[in-house]
Amino acid sequence: MNIHQYEVIVVGAGGAGLMAGLYASKSAKTAIISKLYPTRSHTGTAQGGIGAALGNVEEDHPEWHTFDTVKGSDYLGDQDAIEFMCTEAVPAIYELEHMGLPFDRTPDGRIAQRPFGGHTNNVTGKPVPRACHAADRTGHMILQTLYQQCLKNNVTFFDEFQVVDLIMVDGKAAGVVAIELATGEFHVFHAKAVIFATGGHGRIWEITSNAYAFTGDGPAITMRRGLPLEDMEFFQFHPTGIYKLGILITEGVRGEGGVLINGLGERFMEKYAPKVKDLASRDVISRAIYMEIREGRGVNGQNYVYLDVRPETVNKYAALDGRKNPDGSPYTVTGEQILAKLPDIVDFCRVYLGVDPVTQPMPIQPTAHYAMGGIPTNKYGEALADEKNTVVPGLYAAGECACVSVHGANRLGTNSLLDLVVFGKYAGLRAAEYAKGADFAPLPDDPAGFARAQFERIRNADGTENAFDIAVTMKKVMFDDMGIFRSGKGMENALNVVRELKERFKHVRPTDTGSIFNMELMNIWELGNLLDLAEVTTVSALARTESRGGHSREDYPDRDDKNWLKHTMAFVDEQGRIALKYKPVVITKFEPKVRTY
Amino acid sequence: MEVTLKIFRYNPEKDKKPSYKTYKLEAVETDRVLDLLEKVKGYQDGTLSFRRSCAHGICGSDAMRINGMNRLACKTLVRDVGTRITVEPILGLRVIKDLIVDMEPFFDNYKKVMPWFINNDPPPEKERLQSPEARLRFDDTTKCILCACCTTSCPSFWGSDEYLGPAAFVNAHRFIFDDRDQAAAERLKIVNEVMGVSRCHTVFNCTLACPREIQITKAIGELKMALVTGVLS
Ligand code: SF4
Ligand code: SF4
Ligand code: FES
Repeated sequence: MNIHQYEVIVVGAGGAGLMAGLYASKSAKTAIISKLYPTRSHTGTAQGGIGAALGNVEEDHPEWHTFDTVKGSDYLGDQDAIEFMCTEAVPAIYELEHMGLPFDRTPDGRIAQRPFGGHTNNVTGKPVPRACHAADRTGHMILQTLYQQCLKNNVTFFDEFQVVDLIMVDGKAAGVVAIELATGEFHVFHAKAVIFATGGHGRIWEITSNAYAFTGDGPAITMRRGLPLEDMEFFQFHPTGIYKLGILITEGVRGEGGVLINGLGERFMEKYAPKVKDLASRDVISRAIYMEIREGRGVNGQNYVYLDVRPETVNKYAALDGRKNPDGSPYTVTGEQILAKLPDIVDFCRVYLGVDPVTQPMPIQPTAHYAMGGIPTNKYGEALADEKNTVVPGLYAAGECACVSVHGANRLGTNSLLDLVVFGKYAGLRAAEYAKGADFAPLPDDPAGFARAQFERIRNADGTENAFDIAVTMKKVMFDDMGIFRSGKGMENALNVVRELKERFKHVRPTDTGSIFNMELMNIWELGNLLDLAEVTTVSALARTESRGGHSREDYPDRDDKNWLKHTMAFVDEQGRIALKYKPVVITKFEPKVRTY
Repeated sequence: MEVTLKIFRYNPEKDKKPSYKTYKLEAVETDRVLDLLEKVKGYQDGTLSFRRSCAHGICGSDAMRINGMNRLACKTLVRDVGTRITVEPILGLRVIKDLIVDMEPFFDNYKKVMPWFINNDPPPEKERLQSPEARLRFDDTTKCILCACCTTSCPSFWGSDEYLGPAAFVNAHRFIFDDRDQAAAERLKIVNEVMGVSRCHTVFNCTLACPREIQITKAIGELKMALVTGVLS
């Protein structure tokens, strides 16, 4: 058995994991373990920007950012944590810039900002440019920059190690178990503090913007160790994915003036969000697209609408909206400017659709995008054991796998990159501080036993079922019945199907019996995570008899603050039974109001 | 339509030497080669091993030789390459299993050029200022996703994996031409060493291979020019 000892172990090397590792390693012996090479992480796919009220282009304030985020969350976000994040946003962006991040610039050399959905001037209600960007590859630049800084600071990495279990001793985190992909061997990482930063689980759904790697490993692992998952019913569908493929088309396209057009050639968002139109919150726009399609106004009667960023379209609607440049002149764009501001979007459309967005509209449909729910934490990234917010000593989570909750029922665009920078940092700092005052708990007798048993079971199954089939069936039913619109009947169907699939999953066996890069075995284990999380998601959603943010029920179309202004905490016992508990939302300054855009 | 995939196979635990296996499957024009590999793995041969993650050309995991050209499997569609497709690992790096190669020499070369921002002045309270023109100066080379398509298409790298290779030059360029950075001279010295830019014979393989369409040969030319003139403009 390979046993390693580090004071702090970070699991995952996307933005949150790298930030945590960077900060923890300043004062504690730290290692980052990742199933991918760090630069392959999903943070790199984020496009449009990272939110902070720098006010570089127009007047802006962290308080406005805070309110917008609270409202965007449909009042389910914890307001103390949101205020913390939006205030920390400003120094966090400057810190990234000081690390060398190549943000785009304003004419006077400051960080450039663009408008994004749900981010507004709180006085006029109009969109405000708050998203700090590096073309349409902001996530790529954040990931690269943080990885570079980790190299500069000699942070220790274990690349291509898949973490498969969390070691807990007397209710405290004591390390993790990982499989080295290159050898298939188990490794035990004995630690004082463990930070999960494993990202999301959007691979549950058929049409998704998420990487293959997004299989919810962190939440699935902690859940098996008896820890709760918070608000799993809230999953965001991004309005603009490439038709059929689900590849993300950034909201930055609409920030630059792009509009959504239905099959009749109408700019339909005017009806649904008269004030901010195409820059409403994501849940609102995804529902609007779905309604248009359902009422037969998709393009050519199909399941898609157009996202149109051709200069003539942008200029026409910018004039109608009276959009101005900072100097007061009317806002206009040229084809070259679109190309310069959105090079990757143009490239994706050309490669995957054979469409040139400068001269043709892009066919889009909503795509599964972001997990608002996850491992419950407080605003310092400390993981929580129950609905009373009891801290799990030594355990932390940050980024998409965590639920602080700053996104509540619906995340605003640009706030995920912000979340991972801010909470990655604090999780790293807290974990290192905790490690300094704690001892290594003695490891249990067979620390890898629980994980090894899971893999033995998979290797020794009877092989009568096919993993690919199970995955396809799960994705389809989850997209149809646990997607943008839900109903009791549909969700019950999804739950039955997922439970059947979990039974069938027990019969899946890899044909690859080897040790070296046995990706088939790893992928099967990941599918198990997705199935477990799909079940928790559906059970949590069925119980919530209201509509809020990303959870929209046709049988309960209204938000119900009297009964449901609370967070779900789902616990799974050793028999796999799911119990739901609840905890109150933290409300400081903003009483819940009706939400219109 | 029916597609025939001929795939390089090697399992170090079983095979004495590599071989090719052929798979036939139904596909549509817009399928990515990665989709086809996933289907082969899912339904025909679970032992087929390769790396992948984002599936849209942004994470750099799945560089392969597809019909003899270095490409990302997720950014290559059936309509780009036709219905008879040969898939092999990229060259110049040790094959570990099937399409998975040892990336360490590639990343080691990357790390040699000090690919991180260096500015030892105390930072201002807010951002360092940079003009849009100065930012544009190194824009192209910030796009690199470290996929290794370029370096593993380079004859000089096939000759020796000590040769820094185009990806390392691209990342050196990204910092050398960033006017906020202070370590240009040091990096130029590194790219000027024996295994540096002098070994580049401007064959252009790298530029053709880059899935991010980075003008790699141009960037290398700018490094060579800076070495000659000492000017970073
Ligand atoms: S141009 Fe230089 S770096 Fe590029 S392939 Fe040719 S020799 Fe290699
Ligand atoms: S320069 Fe292009 S081909 Fe080379 S590693 Fe970077 S992205 Fe890949
Ligand atoms: S899978 Fe990410 S680049 Fe191909």
